Amino acid sequence: MNIIIVGCGKVGVKLVEKLSNEKEHDITIIDTNSKVVSEIVNEYDIMGVVGSATDLDTLKEASIENADVLIAVAGSDELNLMICLIAKKLGNLQTIARVRKPEYYKTVNIIKDELGLAMIVNPEQNAASEIARILNFPSAINIDTFAKGRIEILKFEVPSSNILNNLKIMDMPSKVGTNVLVCGVERGDEAFIPSGNFVIKAGDLISIVASIEDTNEFFKKIGIRTNKVKDTLIVGGGETAYYLAKRLLKTGIKVKIIEKDEARCDELIQLLPKATIVCGDGTDNRLLDEEGLKDYDSVVSLINVDEENVLLSLYAKSKTGGKIITKINRIEYGNVINALGLGTMIYPKSITAEYIVRFVRAKNNSMGSSNIETVHFILDGKGEALEFKINENSPVSNKKLSEIKLKENILIASISRGGKVIIPHGQDAIYPNDTVVVVTLREGIKDISDILSEE
Amino acid sequence: MNYRMILYMFGSVLKIESFALIVPFVTAICYKEQTSVIAYLICIALCFCVGKILTLFKPKSKEAYAKEGFITVALSWIIISIFGAFPFMITGHIPSFANAFFETVSGFTTTGASILKDVEALPKAHLMWRSFTHWLGGMGVLVFVMAVTPLFGKGSIHILKAESPGPSVSKLVPKVKSTAILLYGIYFVMTLVEIVLLLFGKMTLFEALTLSFGTAGTGGFSVLNSGISTYSPYIQYVITIFMILFGVNFSLYFILYFRERKSDIFKSEELRAYLGIIAAAIILIFINSSYLFKTVEEAFRHIAFSVGSIITTTGYTTCDFNIWPEFSRVILVLLMFIGACAGSTGGGIKVSRIIILLKSIKKEIRTTAHPRTTLKIKMNGRIIDHETVRGVNVFMASYVTIFMMALLIISIDNFNFTTNFTAVAATLNNIGPGLDLVGPTGNFSLFSDLSKYVLSMCMLIGRLEIFPMLLLFSPSTWRK
Repeated sequence: MNIIIVGCGKVGVKLVEKLSNEKEHDITIIDTNSKVVSEIVNEYDIMGVVGSATDLDTLKEASIENADVLIAVAGSDELNLMICLIAKKLGNLQTIARVRKPEYYKTVNIIKDELGLAMIVNPEQNAASEIARILNFPSAINIDTFAKGRIEILKFEVPSSNILNNLKIMDMPSKVGTNVLVCGVERGDEAFIPSGNFVIKAGDLISIVASIEDTNEFFKKIGIRTNKVKDTLIVGGGETAYYLAKRLLKTGIKVKIIEKDEARCDELIQLLPKATIVCGDGTDNRLLDEEGLKDYDSVVSLINVDEENVLLSLYAKSKTGGKIITKINRIEYGNVINALGLGTMIYPKSITAEYIVRFVRAKNNSMGSSNIETVHFILDGKGEALEFKINENSPVSNKKLSEIKLKENILIASISRGGKVIIPHGQDAIYPNDTVVVVTLREGIKDISDILSEE
Repeated sequence: MNYRMILYMFGSVLKIESFALIVPFVTAICYKEQTSVIAYLICIALCFCVGKILTLFKPKSKEAYAKEGFITVALSWIIISIFGAFPFMITGHIPSFANAFFETVSGFTTTGASILKDVEALPKAHLMWRSFTHWLGGMGVLVFVMAVTPLFGKGSIHILKAESPGPSVSKLVPKVKSTAILLYGIYFVMTLVEIVLLLFGKMTLFEALTLSFGTAGTGGFSVLNSGISTYSPYIQYVITIFMILFGVNFSLYFILYFRERKSDIFKSEELRAYLGIIAAAIILIFINSSYLFKTVEEAFRHIAFSVGSIITTTGYTTCDFNIWPEFSRVILVLLMFIGACAGSTGGGIKVSRIIILLKSIKKEIRTTAHPRTTLKIKMNGRIIDHETVRGVNVFMASYVTIFMMALLIISIDNFNFTTNFTAVAATLNNIGPGLDLVGPTGNFSLFSDLSKYVLSMCMLIGRLEIFPMLLLFSPSTWRK
């Protein structure tokens, strides 16, 4: 597919990184900053055009007439919408705009219809819904859903005194039931797709596949609590905090927001009458203690300075046993931060990029070059979980799993058939119209046939 | 430095060379030249085996940065020239390594300077190999590798940048691989058209092929001692036109073929300047030296041919321009330095660099007169960024330095100034013939081995536009 990305900020670069891994895309980036463009062009196999994307010549140079998708992730909302509007008139393509101002929140659907946008992404809102999902299931570090929400891939840390500690994967069914499959393990910097002989250790981050009901069952069996948090302390009252508080209040979770700026506090009081708003410096530990940090079930650090967020979360960790979620906007040292053991990290830019990549893949799918339904990046971005729709001619249809030879580092994690979820074993078979979730550490799997070993 | 990636690339390049050697091998079979058949067979096997061994181990990481790209290109060119020299040595036609290396480098860099006194004595297979190296070297060996091999990830743009001539290299389409395929596609089709047109002129297939390869790469090896002078006027005109066409930036052909507004190509300042310089040179030389020719048509034909041949740095000759009046000879020397367009197969400083330099001079004069004016250098209506201008300036400075150093070393051989000066100019600009002793009727065999190596390096430095080669010899490159 021919993809044009306007704006080379964090999200733009993340998109380039993810999309250029898929060999079938021809990507062109547009940005007004020639230095940034040449840097990215030197690193990735893409074309760069320097100029304003509202300029006709620039768009022509990026061959807008041949483009299939245009993604506008430039600085301002209005600019993004304007670019999409122009692009739509110039070519037969789908447009995606990043629109983040909360005042557009209610008009967003009007804008979308009127401008013929295929998708609007709002990083703050996406981050908020991701956080809300985790607060509803605080034992998980990360949750991805498949098969219209019926299947979950759920990542959590194995506590030290747990039945799972020192357990072989193949002994799991006898100990904790059969309807759950471990599809990935992260230990230190490494990620594995474990075989039957793999021994789980305390401190591992394991990802499991299961239906929603079985997940709850499983967690009960291994003695990890599953009920949602009762209250949460949000530090930093930006847009993400607003979206998050709104969601949490709806599900009955008590919310307290600490925000430094008085004017913003006044705004928040207006917007969120049910929440408690505290005006003060969230990085001041005395204030945190005073506000009863240690009694909170969960703490979400949403300050705009990443370093402060990390420190704040470290402090919170020392005070409370609750769930801690840290937002990271900019800093890249993922491994270092993970080693701090802070639990869930939220990267709004990656989440946004992931939403868009998912859309692009689905679009590519509808153009007939692959049969991927959804894709999620799992295992801290080292692996992917892909959902495939199986048709009659598929090389895996009407075959038992034991007959299918897979490439290394690939696992068929689940099969769903007519609303029923099967966590597969060797004797289960795949039939046409099933959807199959495949977990892999490889890149560039585009079709279900790509998972098959060549021998 | 990602050494395994670099070694893997060498392997791929050698494998490609082994396939390229099949061309002269087939020629040898067709003309029943037994020693050549054996020589080429040995070289094919040698290149393929070494290439295979090197590509046996896939690199762990495909990452390559600018440094790796430049080193890969520079070393690959030296390696293919060494391996490409073996056939000449095995058959004994060019026994010394210095000579054989010079001849092969001259082929790959599309220079066309030769150490042979009598090319007609060479087997047809060797003639074919010499010309075919022009064709491969013209568009770039690694560009070809990129077009045909799958293993290219991040950073492949640096290889394209190191091998393609011009002040700022850009891709035609988003992917490097597709760009490489497109470039070779355009190149192949244009070569094919020339072959067909030459065959119409009642040329033998062998000559049509070798001369087309030589024109396409803007090389200049001919298969007759008399160069192009004994062919019919029709053939001379065809070659003139194609030399000039191959000296044009290939991205313009891309616009011509894929874009709707064909007239866009004339927006290119470089193309207009290039055609203008050619026209002006023809007119000036015509006024100055037409009295040497019998008819006006003959004067025009030879002058146009020589101008086209020199500015595109091809180096074919139909007449001995060494006997032209001094003014005409100086014009030719100036054309040697100007060279062809960026992104073409030609050598020299490149028209676009000359334009940028002249504009910088103009800007400097203006800012001296009016210190507070802000001026930007523009080309094709766009502002050229400071980095590119700086790159051009540094290129010129290094160019002059290298020129002087080479001139100093070869002057040890004690030939006259014109010979030495034009020998360096003809090799550094990848032209072929110079003036005086290295003029159209002379050759480079008279130089010492040391000078031949120096001139071989000049050719490589000229073809790769200086920096990849300099990087190779800089200690800081090899430090961590």
